[in-house]
Amino acid sequence: MIAVSGVSKHYGDFAALDDVSIDIQPGALTALLGPSGSGKSTLLRVIAGLETPDTGSVVIEDRDVTNVPPQRRDIGFVFQHYAAFKHMTVRDNVGFGLKVRKRPKAEIDAKVDELLGIVGLAGYQERYPSQLSGGQRQRMALARALAVEPKVLLLDEPFGALDANVRAELRAWLRRLHEEVHVTTVLVTHDQEEAMELADRIVVLNKGRIEQVGAPRELYDAPANEFVMGFLGPVARLGDGLVRPHDLVLRPDPDGTAQEAQVTRIVHLGFEVRVELELAGDDGAIAAQLTRHELEQLEIAEGDIVFVRPGGRRFERPAVAEAPAPAEAPAPAVEPAA
Amino acid sequence: MTASPVGRLSIRVFALGYLALLLAIPIGVVLYRTFEPGVGAVIDSITTPAAVSAFWLTIEIAAIAVPLNTIFGIVAALVLVRTRIRGKWLLQAVIDLPFAISPVVIGLALFLLFGRTGWLGPTLTDWGIQVIFSVPGMVLATIFVCLPFVVREVAPVLREIGDEQEQAAATLGASRWQTFRRITLPAIRWGVAYGVVLSTARAIGEFGAVSVVSGKISGETVTLPLLVENRYSNFDLSGAYAASALLAVIALATLLAMTVLQRKGDSR
Repeated sequence: MIAVSGVSKHYGDFAALDDVSIDIQPGALTALLGPSGSGKSTLLRVIAGLETPDTGSVVIEDRDVTNVPPQRRDIGFVFQHYAAFKHMTVRDNVGFGLKVRKRPKAEIDAKVDELLGIVGLAGYQERYPSQLSGGQRQRMALARALAVEPKVLLLDEPFGALDANVRAELRAWLRRLHEEVHVTTVLVTHDQEEAMELADRIVVLNKGRIEQVGAPRELYDAPANEFVMGFLGPVARLGDGLVRPHDLVLRPDPDGTAQEAQVTRIVHLGFEVRVELELAGDDGAIAAQLTRHELEQLEIAEGDIVFVRPGGRRFERPAVAEAPAPAEAPAPAVEPAA
Repeated sequence: MTASPVGRLSIRVFALGYLALLLAIPIGVVLYRTFEPGVGAVIDSITTPAAVSAFWLTIEIAAIAVPLNTIFGIVAALVLVRTRIRGKWLLQAVIDLPFAISPVVIGLALFLLFGRTGWLGPTLTDWGIQVIFSVPGMVLATIFVCLPFVVREVAPVLREIGDEQEQAAATLGASRWQTFRRITLPAIRWGVAYGVVLSTARAIGEFGAVSVVSGKISGETVTLPLLVENRYSNFDLSGAYAASALLAVIALATLLAMTVLQRKGDSR
């Protein structure tokens, strides 16, 4: 288990982490999710010992490691840009941790071969990192981190530098790997889809603070505040509340509290259809998400007047937290290292 | 940028013409004049006791100054790029100082510091150490003028490679020394090599600073550049040319040696 208590980290006036405490369950895959500058990477680097917190402590498996350098924390760390040792072969890269531990060569070779088999790079032992694709380099980096049999595996946006299709493939692969290896894993990501798909638990961070911790479904279904709701999926603002676009109900006729709106655009996205609406009374624009079937039953066209109300869950504005810009998926394609 | 064929051609002509005018022609003339009296005369001229002594002294000074500067240069570059200490700008300024001031001034400064009436001179003389008009002073002067080369070459490379590989090594359990030895040094070796070549070239060719502190005692404190100047001012032109050619040969040998070493390192 990793226990982080009361950790703060400032860079000048900027609070990267503001009194953060979190327990990370052993054997699970935990995602630190947040926008750029939320402190998620800093938190991971504090756990790794690559950053020293101003205050607070870090405990890994009952050992206080706050003042222990990264070399002696028993961790494996994977960087967004692979941090491959460019002048070494794949074999020497993966065996590096064992070599500096002065293990016998036969043992290192056997371990390297085994790990390269696990990560699907068997036969690549004598290649150099420059001869590998991005996905292969990252798998090599994972094998390198796993070679020293770390107590915790820390992944800093491991798929952030990869193409979308490679990213999806590696995600599924990492999930399977985690089921095999079962090492306590912490993953930093700004991509809510990645966090939902991979993690057993998600820690949502914003502006150096933890907003909410929970299983992916818990966070999606019962967000603690507008920020979490907005960050975990697209939202639409209707009146005083936030609602998921797929929870909006459209009716051709006035219906109780439903608000009047004009259809400005209908976008067909395969199975789903996005209906863009201009609310009456200058209440702004929102987008509803319908299935094709629902749209066909509604029989609406661009320019029509409809009535819209929230169905299903709706988040009434109780909290102080600010929400990000609504009606827009929050995941940017690229994000500089936070 | 794309240029018309005429534009490209004129750029090439200009670049090559400039090089020829400033480098190739003067060096060619020196070599031509060197061998004008015949190979035997050249060999005689560079095997006189004074020339042999100058040759070895030049090598000796370079052999002390270049390794010291290489180690200092790597350490200084690491401090400049990898640490967050205060007063970094001051260190940077001091390292660049030899580029900014004339070598003669550097020689004079050493003279004022270590000379018979200088701040440290009398004390060191009491201890039996003579710096000025002796080899230690010449080594010091050479170290000073060569100071920036390795730092200047290594620091940008360090910045370029970033510190992620070093952090990765640390998380894998490597000590600072192991990380330096196995990760940082191999990554910066091109920069180091280039810095060493430049330092060596400057060390064997240095005239101004060394000239002030050498005292020019023939057979003792005369390096090859000083010998060239000495022979030239004594109207021994062919002797001066021969000594110059010898200098050029040392420089080329250094360049060649580093290239071969690099090739070996790369094919490993």
